[in-house]
Amino acid sequence: MNEVLKKYPSATREDLLDILHDIQESDPHHYLSDEALSDVASHLGMDLADIKGTASFYSMFGFSPRGKHVIRICDSPPCQLLGATTVLQKLIDVLGVAVGETTSDKLFTLETSSCLGICGVAPAMMIDQDAYGNLTPTRITEIIEQIRREDEAS
Amino acid sequence: MKPARRQVLIEIEEDSLLAGAREVEQAFSAAIKEQGLDQELRVAETGNVGIIGRGVVVVIYPEGITYAGVTEADVSEIVTEHLMKGRPVKRLQVCLAPCKDREKEGLGLTRGQPRIVLKNCGIIDPNNLEEAIAVGAYQAVERVLTEGITPAGVIDEVSRSGLRGRGGAGFPTGKKWSFTAAGEEKYLVCNADEGEPGTCKDRLILEGDPHRLIEGMILAGYAIGATQGYVYIRGEYTLAIDRMSVAIEQARANDLLGEHILGSGLSFDIEIKKGAGAYVCGEETALIESIEGKRGYPRLKPPYPGQVGLRRKPTVVNNVETLANVAPIILNGGDWFRSFGTKTCPGTKVYTILGHAANPGLIEVEMGTSLREIIYGYGGGLRDGKRFKAALIGGAAGAFVDEAGLDVAMDFDSLRDYSAVLGSGAILVLSEDTSIVELLQGILHFFAHESCGQCATCRSGTSRLVDILERFCAGSGGEQDLDLLLRVARLMRDASFCPLGQSPIIPIESAVRAFKQEFLACETVTT
Repeated sequence: MNEVLKKYPSATREDLLDILHDIQESDPHHYLSDEALSDVASHLGMDLADIKGTASFYSMFGFSPRGKHVIRICDSPPCQLLGATTVLQKLIDVLGVAVGETTSDKLFTLETSSCLGICGVAPAMMIDQDAYGNLTPTRITEIIEQIRREDEAS
Repeated sequence: MKPARRQVLIEIEEDSLLAGAREVEQAFSAAIKEQGLDQELRVAETGNVGIIGRGVVVVIYPEGITYAGVTEADVSEIVTEHLMKGRPVKRLQVCLAPCKDREKEGLGLTRGQPRIVLKNCGIIDPNNLEEAIAVGAYQAVERVLTEGITPAGVIDEVSRSGLRGRGGAGFPTGKKWSFTAAGEEKYLVCNADEGEPGTCKDRLILEGDPHRLIEGMILAGYAIGATQGYVYIRGEYTLAIDRMSVAIEQARANDLLGEHILGSGLSFDIEIKKGAGAYVCGEETALIESIEGKRGYPRLKPPYPGQVGLRRKPTVVNNVETLANVAPIILNGGDWFRSFGTKTCPGTKVYTILGHAANPGLIEVEMGTSLREIIYGYGGGLRDGKRFKAALIGGAAGAFVDEAGLDVAMDFDSLRDYSAVLGSGAILVLSEDTSIVELLQGILHFFAHESCGQCATCRSGTSRLVDILERFCAGSGGEQDLDLLLRVARLMRDASFCPLGQSPIIPIESAVRAFKQEFLACETVTT
């Protein structure tokens, strides 16, 4: 049984989103595996199809292994207005992957997101739980290089 | 604890954190300790003070001097010059708009905004219950309990104030509460699923003054007879969720939430529910479905949530800003509230000014303030000396207002005349360099992505709209495509199940009305 479920001894369907958030956060690949979803289904006494159907409605959940770091760049109008399209292209070039893909070293997954609510520093993105704003193509190179360096060091 | 002679407030919110606010906070604490000032100076956190996108903001009290763009390297200068010698560091000082009196430049929070909702944001430490209480938190709850004001009395006062829902539609709050069906079990839900692109006012309220929201929820719960409340917060709002959790725990520990609040017969508790990335969940019935652990599909209305809501029980869903207005209304009276704003829209409105504005920011102004004053008086006009082209009011589901509409009064009724919506308080300022066609394509792409797929009208309609706009962007769109664009959007307005599909007509119609030539110019330029 998934460790996370022990925190929810008498869970009902209403706890589903919280449980899925917790499982995804604790998974080293930041996703909801079939195995984990099956555990959730039996724990809540729900059909697996029902669980998958609900989870797939929400864009924060992923169903295939993601890289160590998940990049979510905002593609909403306020960020577009201030250059998000150029910044996204730079990310695609620097990482060498398309949106939705993971780099071959499994370090980064590139995703787009609707408004992150930090439009004051548009264009913006989140890498895992950290927000980055006032992005430019140069900043993108710096940020990615820094994370790569930190990762090699650790 | 000896009261500190002076306070150094560091703005800690999502924007400033990524500019290094924590590091600056630590540098201040270290520098103050090193200078032996830690007995008379206190370093504390606060919420957004009203400046957006200018890096780390620091306010020094009691002077109220505000610094922006502060880095770790500036800290020792501020400590030695300002805190020790009383000489403010001019190069970092900012004047919070509007600053008509040049003499007062830099005096900080003398901005002349009538702040009701944001009164304590950027002034108190949101992690500290004592500070909230010192500026009046929970006095309204105390008043209701000690003076024996009945639930009907609370609803009356809110009705008298004329408060209208700040989530967008502007429905009278007192009326909504009084329509709640009778029943043993009822719920109060606070909608903090702020997903409208370009909006972050609810996040800044949650981060800046969480106890204000809790108090508003207690009062609303008491008024409608609910003992359980839920705050549904966007999953992306990590800091807001943390601050709210801390505040709820503090309130529980101090008899302000839970059984027998302040020793009275009143019981009310709040639970946080975290969203998972779905714009449509901002619609109240979709939000209820999501709390129930289902796909966020909007429900058919009627019945409205006031009759059949969460767990099929009567439920009131109110926006963060609406609930943040309740405590001051109960404390000061509905007539006091009516002294702000217009006759049909009393009170204030919180806006975020973004895009090409010279001073992007969070402001609170009276209902009925003109768009011109908001953009030029508070937003400082446009950056880099550019010309104004239009403003997108209310987010993706909002309207484009061009120069001819700058004097429109910003309230629910005047904007309706202008077929715009007050919506989420998002004001996206657009300079002359903006391509309205490209921006509209982005908006329609957003709708297509966020359409929940439940009804065919919206599911296929949003995709059709994107296809048509792509023709314009590719330079192959003509008059007939403009007609088609409007026809599809009108059909969606009339036949979609929920406000998501009913909304694209608003940006489309307003963009085509003001900038028709721009759509057609795409054609002539490239062919």
